[in-house]
Amino acid sequence: MSTAHLRPVGQAILRVENLVVEYPTRAGKVRAVSDVSLDVVAGETVAVVGESGCGKSTLAKGIMRLIPSVSGRVFLNGTDLASLSGEALRCARPNIQMIFQDSISSLDPHLRVRELVEQPLKVWGRGTDAERRDKVDDLLRSVKLDPGVVADRKPTEFSGGQCQRISIARALSIEPQILVCDEPVSSLDVSIQAQILNIIQDMKQRYGLSLLFISHDLAVVRAISDRVCVMYLGKVCEVSTPQRLTSSPAHHYTHALVSAVPIPDPTLGRRRAVVQGEPPSPTNPPSGCRFRTRCPAATEQCAAEEPQLREVSPGQFVACHHPRV
Amino acid sequence: MTEVFRLEDLKVQFATRRGKLNAVRGVTLTVRAGECLGIVGESGSGKTVMWRAAMGLLRGKKVTRTGSVRLGDVELLTMAPKQVRQFWGTEIAMVFQDPMTALNPVRRIGSQFAEALVKRKGMKKEAAMARVVELLRLVRMPEPELLVRKYPLQLSGGMRQRVMIAMAIACEPKVLLADEPTTALDVTVQAQVLELLSDLRETLGMGMVIVTHDLGIVAGHSDRIAVLYAGEVVETAATKDLFANTKMPYTQALLNSIPRLDGAPGDRMQAIDGAPPDPVSETTGCFFAPRCNFAQDKCRNEHPELVDDGDGHAYRCFFPLGGRR
Repeated sequence: MSTAHLRPVGQAILRVENLVVEYPTRAGKVRAVSDVSLDVVAGETVAVVGESGCGKSTLAKGIMRLIPSVSGRVFLNGTDLASLSGEALRCARPNIQMIFQDSISSLDPHLRVRELVEQPLKVWGRGTDAERRDKVDDLLRSVKLDPGVVADRKPTEFSGGQCQRISIARALSIEPQILVCDEPVSSLDVSIQAQILNIIQDMKQRYGLSLLFISHDLAVVRAISDRVCVMYLGKVCEVSTPQRLTSSPAHHYTHALVSAVPIPDPTLGRRRAVVQGEPPSPTNPPSGCRFRTRCPAATEQCAAEEPQLREVSPGQFVACHHPRV
Repeated sequence: MTEVFRLEDLKVQFATRRGKLNAVRGVTLTVRAGECLGIVGESGSGKTVMWRAAMGLLRGKKVTRTGSVRLGDVELLTMAPKQVRQFWGTEIAMVFQDPMTALNPVRRIGSQFAEALVKRKGMKKEAAMARVVELLRLVRMPEPELLVRKYPLQLSGGMRQRVMIAMAIACEPKVLLADEPTTALDVTVQAQVLELLSDLRETLGMGMVIVTHDLGIVAGHSDRIAVLYAGEVVETAATKDLFANTKMPYTQALLNSIPRLDGAPGDRMQAIDGAPPDPVSETTGCFFAPRCNFAQDKCRNEHPELVDDGDGHAYRCFFPLGGRR
């Protein structure tokens, strides 16, 4: 029950408590998200970072109720999404919207850009035809697309970066409080990645959004977030500020992750890999601390006892028996 | 250092319905023994097409290749496919981006690996198998004796990439071409694989080429870098010189757009607005001019040549950063 890092109930717009998500496989149940808690307060960007298989995308889908959870609660403005179903769940959804990694395939190829961006407004019966038209033009302009040029084209005519902008416009059309971004820039070139991150930041300002930003890229996360949760094998192992995350990581896994990021500076020379091997299979996770099989500081205690999140410095929480700070 | 591989004015064109597509527009590059050349470019810059065409993997009615590709004293470009094949593996080997699809999924690792040694080196089956285990140990695979009995889908991405690397170096090639070798891997695994490639290059004295979109990767692992834009080399220099003394505005813009771990958090990203030119239409002037902050009339009308200041640092720009030309 690692919930030490959660802020008081009233403050958070989104509060996830002890969420568990499992997938059935032939080898038995895989617990992709295992007792994860996090919260997002108004106007904040919370990033979830981790390598493939750590459960970060499953966490996002579990929060959105795109896949069912086994246990745990997801409060959006005090309402538990996990307890809702049918029409009640549908009515809660406009407040929380999502954009995906593969923007091209997440847009219906048969619809024109105007229809794509207008669709959520139509579904929710917002505004008249003329009002919706203006709103769509305005949204497209705000993501730096010219409505006169793009509105009547179809997604296949656009690049990945342009499709991601269309997705952002579409997700924001019904003015959600929270935008969940699942690896929104990881399939884009660096120059385009920077454009999209800037647009997301602009939109956050303009619409007073809160963001839950899922990424594997620490450098991106550091640039745009206020608070970072590091995940390893289905669990949160560190919660920190982006500054402390890179300057003084407390968890040995965070340290390994930070030191593995390639830095575009040849004067630093070649850096040695801090950890060896790859994460173990989530079907049969190690006992105790899940990182112990690769951890340079692992002891017997780590195998016997699962570490819980605790505060090691203001705003920095770590689940480790032998933290680095 | 002896030159082991040389591209001379290599051009690759594709016949498309819209007309001739210029994927590579006259690239000259050399690889010396024991040296690592980094090729950096965004998607669509022609970096992958260039190596595939040079290796003879890309040919056919719709592909026009001109120029020269020399492996030692041998000209590869005009050679018949059957003859080129005899150099694959023994003289020049490749590691591909996607280790998931590069291995045969229905054959055990040991059997598909040993076949290459039997065919190329005329080894007996048992001897080949023993050598496979030895090579897998060389790429730091745990328990290679058990691994040879496994199928590719039983291995993780990082392990598969190690198998690919072991296969590539099996016949001790003089040149190893690694095309985005770590793009499909997580960052902690990426660090291990890059370290392995650099160690192998030093011990075996191979010439190596790392093709990537990530300047961070080549900063720590290459001796020289060539930056590609719209099918042309726009800047090439010794790695340290390229970073310390960047001449080409494109290279600088690319460097600026990378989010950095040592940068200030919350800063705005420096994006490169616009997109690369359409490879089908003919463009006059510098290809980067429409996106360049320093472009003048001359840049829009005249195409700059790749010039060298006499210190091995060549660039394709009329108004380089820091002056000269």
